[in-house]
Amino acid sequence: MSLKQTPLYPMHLKYNGKIIDFGGWELPVQYEGMGIIKEHQMVREKAGLFDVSHMGEVFITGEKAEDFVQKLLSNDVRNMKDFQVIYGLMCYPSGGVVDDLLVYRYNSSKYLLVINAANVEKDFEWIQKNLIEGVSASNVSNEYAQLALQGPQAPAILQKITDVDLDSIKFFWFNPAVKISGVECIVSRTGYTGEDGFEIYVQPEDAIFIWEEILQAGGDMVSPVGLGARDSLRFEAKLPLYGQEIDQEITPLEAGLGFFVKLDTDDFIGRSALLKQKAEGLKRKVVEFSMIGKGIPRSHYEVQKDGVSIGQVTTGLHAPTFKKPIGLALINIDYTEPGTQIDIIIRDKAVQAVVDSGIFYQKKTKSK
Amino acid sequence: MNIPKKLLYTSEHEWIRVDGEKGHCGITDYAQHHLGDIVFVELPEVGEEVAVAESIGVIESVKAVATLFSPAGGKIIEVNEELEEAPELLNEDPYGNWIAIIELTDHSDLEKLMSAEAYAAFCENLE
Repeated sequence: MSLKQTPLYPMHLKYNGKIIDFGGWELPVQYEGMGIIKEHQMVREKAGLFDVSHMGEVFITGEKAEDFVQKLLSNDVRNMKDFQVIYGLMCYPSGGVVDDLLVYRYNSSKYLLVINAANVEKDFEWIQKNLIEGVSASNVSNEYAQLALQGPQAPAILQKITDVDLDSIKFFWFNPAVKISGVECIVSRTGYTGEDGFEIYVQPEDAIFIWEEILQAGGDMVSPVGLGARDSLRFEAKLPLYGQEIDQEITPLEAGLGFFVKLDTDDFIGRSALLKQKAEGLKRKVVEFSMIGKGIPRSHYEVQKDGVSIGQVTTGLHAPTFKKPIGLALINIDYTEPGTQIDIIIRDKAVQAVVDSGIFYQKKTKSK
Repeated sequence: MNIPKKLLYTSEHEWIRVDGEKGHCGITDYAQHHLGDIVFVELPEVGEEVAVAESIGVIESVKAVATLFSPAGGKIIEVNEELEEAPELLNEDPYGNWIAIIELTDHSDLEKLMSAEAYAAFCENLE
């Protein structure tokens, strides 16, 4: 299978991105002269520009669109206002996760779903399979490029090249027609880094222009950021990644995402399984942990207690902001109390760790 | 790509600087560059007897885990403990910061290693 390129691929070459195969996409893991740690710090301290065009977009339209999106989504779609964005999960009847996604409401008969790149085909099949009368779904993933501008300087940079007052776009809201240097874009105040910032959707043919306009407007305050820092930034902010903290075998409740599961509202696919799981009590859940011994925990490393397997690491890495390794692990509920000592199996050796809480990055996103 | 003339190189991107019975060894500029930001080094134990190409340590960057293989057989007589606290030194100066010193038992191991010229050609082929 040949690898896919985003419309911004020429920019990754121009800025000396180190290109890797990311789920079938040729994307930069980092840029020459920067590297993951510097790119990470740039986003925490100033601003970073990401190509996230590989993400999928699906429009749901029709008079029953609200009913349908509610049927798919764990979060409360009914209470959304026009131009609001919410995060939620699509679940299987088992309660396992099809995907996590952002839902953009234009009005009660038009929604935009933004889904994970690796799941686009699976998700779209799922959506079509569950479609109800009076609704249509269209996969427009190839009709949009997506850029993310993230970091404390993001608003000041973007404001230089748009007449729309960006203060009018609050956290988890969007404006579907923001002209950036004259080009119409969808702009939401959302992101995957724990910092303030924007996600920008634009026609593929204008993506390079917008990329360069942002870099020029930002000057020293912004640099391109690759997938390596995207992962370390999202992880430090404890934002879940599909395939690690959540997947078809792990429910949102087990992943600690109960806040995005509204069991007392409308019915959605998976609700009854999740109600049952909640009533019976969780048997395992995702916890934070710190290392006591030396070593870096990584995804899928086994977790043990007294030599017995109790689960596995979902994500672990050296956190650039804290300059030490931290992790998330899905483990047996009996060992999830903070302070519980556990072992992470690193290259066949048990390395001491401790279940912890509040060790992740305090998000700087603005809710008001 | 920096490839000093006086060192010998492995196909796994380790270098060794031989001085009589002793060999200082480390990772090459190519290795540190491809690993990216190095955040963890697991050193061999002093006194450990190692065979050529045996795993003697681990280098981890933010994204990757790489095994360190011994360029030659012998006994580990010293390790650079500074790297445990400051693994980024391997990015900053991969030839100035050796990882371990091996007391060589068999110099014939060295005959299989590459010269700087051969290693430069080898790396070029990988690109």
